[in-house]
Amino acid sequence: MSVSVRSSIAVLAVLAVLGLLVYGLLIKGSSGLAVGEPAPTSPLPRLEGGGEESLSAFRGRWVLVNFWASWCVPCKAEAPELERFQHRHGGAAFTVLGIDSRDLSGDGREFVRRYGLSYPQLRDGDGEAAHAYGTSGVPENFLVDPRGRVRLLVRGPVTGEYLRESVAPLLPASPS
Amino acid sequence: MIRRALTSLAALAALAALASPALGAQPQASVAEIESEVMCPVCGTLLELAESPQALREKAFVKRLAAEGRTKGQIKDALVAEYGEAVLALPQGSGFNLSAYLVPVIAFLLAAAALTLGVLRWRRSGRGGAEGENGDAAGPRGPSPEEGERLDADLARYDL
Repeated sequence: MSVSVRSSIAVLAVLAVLGLLVYGLLIKGSSGLAVGEPAPTSPLPRLEGGGEESLSAFRGRWVLVNFWASWCVPCKAEAPELERFQHRHGGAAFTVLGIDSRDLSGDGREFVRRYGLSYPQLRDGDGEAAHAYGTSGVPENFLVDPRGRVRLLVRGPVTGEYLRESVAPLLPASPS
Repeated sequence: MIRRALTSLAALAALAALASPALGAQPQASVAEIESEVMCPVCGTLLELAESPQALREKAFVKRLAAEGRTKGQIKDALVAEYGEAVLALPQGSGFNLSAYLVPVIAFLLAAAALTLGVLRWRRSGRGGAEGENGDAAGPRGPSPEEGERLDADLARYDL
């Protein structure tokens, strides 16, 4: 093997290692989802009833994507507010969509029953969807418009006041 | 005679009945062992080191399944069904995950082969170099007859 071939192999090996390092850094740094960007639509299993569902099934409606977990304390205060908002505004133009993330499915189902949540619930056991949305914890909320783009983003729990003052005005024909 | 045979058979049957649960039993799952082999997905640490609310739920889940008599493998499978493959501290030895075990072994073998080849080549080139300079095998070489004569003459000159 000539010296030039050996040098080329060494340079390629170093470049490959550097490339892997840069790729790793890019993957780690690209976790944030910003307002205006399209919301991820990978299908997820339903928390109850079996089968899968994707955000794209709700295209044409406003969707408040709520990441939660049964072990999360702020989620317990937020859930009744979301249910009240769903009860008031849910329908053909809007829905809350719960995503139970990194949680035991049994605990998640128990949480839904305890708080009487009527809006659709999906399951994100391995946290892949939460990662795709760039969440750093639970709860986090993303208001997605009918075209599938993020319009509002709350990294934490939403309150009734926030829902009334920031979300409701965006919805068509919101009952007062 | 028949009575003795029947007694022996009864004794054997009793022994078999006692032994069969022990033989058929799966190894009892150790909660501590499982907690040292799975992750807390939220904390990113081993479950045994984690104390977050999610980790406490996961620990309770493991304890409950162990109390139900599930084996270690069954409990790990249940955790994977809940949290995905990432919950395992060590990847399972099948499919693509097998590469986690094979790649280091292959890399070690390649490195050892490269090192052996390098050492062999270095030794060969060292020997070749010595042969090239002297025209024969490397090693200490005695004086030639002329050199011997010159050496004797010099020593005789300085002989006091």
